[in-house]
Amino acid sequence: MCTMVVESTKITGSGKGTNSWFPIQEVNVSYDHPFHAPMEYTVNLDFTNESMGPSARVVVELSARSAEELIGTIREALRRGEKAIAQGK
Amino acid sequence: MYQTDMYEGMIAETVSINGHNGDNIYAYYARPITSEPLPGVVLIHHMPGWDEWYREFTRKFAHHGYAAISPNLYQRSGHGTPEDMAMKIRSEGGVPDDQVMGDVEASMKYLNSLPNSTGKFGVIGTCSGGRQTYLAACRIDGFNAAVDCWGGRVVQAKEELTPQQPIAPIDYTKDLKCPLLGLFGEEDQSPPPDQVAIHEEELKKHNKNYEFHMYQNAGHGFMYYDRPMYRQEAAVDAWAKITEFFDKHLKG
Repeated sequence: MCTMVVESTKITGSGKGTNSWFPIQEVNVSYDHPFHAPMEYTVNLDFTNESMGPSARVVVELSARSAEELIGTIREALRRGEKAIAQGK
Repeated sequence: MYQTDMYEGMIAETVSINGHNGDNIYAYYARPITSEPLPGVVLIHHMPGWDEWYREFTRKFAHHGYAAISPNLYQRSGHGTPEDMAMKIRSEGGVPDDQVMGDVEASMKYLNSLPNSTGKFGVIGTCSGGRQTYLAACRIDGFNAAVDCWGGRVVQAKEELTPQQPIAPIDYTKDLKCPLLGLFGEEDQSPPPDQVAIHEEELKKHNKNYEFHMYQNAGHGFMYYDRPMYRQEAAVDAWAKITEFFDKHLKG
C-alpha cells in the first residue's frame, strides 16, 4: 500500500478464476507493489466480484510499458472489431 | 548470543485479541519456551498482508528472545488467502490509521498482560507497516523503541491525504515518544531519499532520538528474500542493526 494509487470502475463481463468462470463486476487498477511480477512497481488489474467473496478475482500485474501497450492494443482491437461488425450489418 | 549447547524451544500460534473498538481479531504470537521475563515486539505487517513472510519475521524475534506478536490488520474485511485479502484492502483504499493504532496498542497490551512480560516493548514494520510504525511511536504510549523499515508516505502532501489516512505521519513528529531506527534504500521510490531527508530534518528540529541508515545499491524492500529487490549485504547489516537497537532499548 505504499503508493495507494488505485482507480476502480464497475464493469460487465466474465473472468476465469482458479476453478471456473465467474461474472466480474468491478476492476481495480492500481500502480503499486506487485505480489509476483519481479518489479518494484506494476500496474495491477484486479477484476473482482465482491458478492462472491475475496477469492473471486482475476489479477494481472504488468510493467508500466506493458500497460501502455495493452491500452493501445485494446483500443485497436475495439476499433477494428466495431468496424467489422458495422460492415457486416 | 546463541551458543550450540543452549536449549532452544518456541511456541508460535494464532491467538485472538480485542483490537480497535474491542473488535476480535487474530494475531500471530511467537515466544521462546521459558519462564524468564521477556521483552515484547509488535510487528506491523506490510501491504502484501498478514502473510508467510510476517509469520517468519515474528518467529525470528522469538528466536532472538522476544515475545513477538503480529495482528491481522485486514481481518475486518473478511478471510481468504493473504494475497486476496491484501488486494481487497487495496481496492478499499487501505485500512484506517486510527484502526491500525487501536490494533497495535491492543497487541502491546496483550503482551503486557502476560506474567513474564518485562513491560518493555518495541514496534517494527515494513513498507506500509513502516509508516504505521512511525505513527505508533508518536501516538501510542508504552513503546520503548521503534524501527521503521522503508515506510513510504511518512511525508504526505495535502492532496495525498484520505479519510483513512487524514494526517501525514510527519506532522506527529513532535509527539515521538521513543528512540527510532530508520532503515532505507537509496533507490527506493517510496520513500524516495529526498522525503527521508525531510523526515530527518523534522526529527532534528524537535530534538528527537533517532538514527537513520540509507543503504546504497538498495531499493524498497531490500530484506524481502523472496523478491528481486533483495540485497544480501544491506539485509544482513539491517538485521544486525535491528537486533542491536532492540537489545539496547528493550533488554538493557
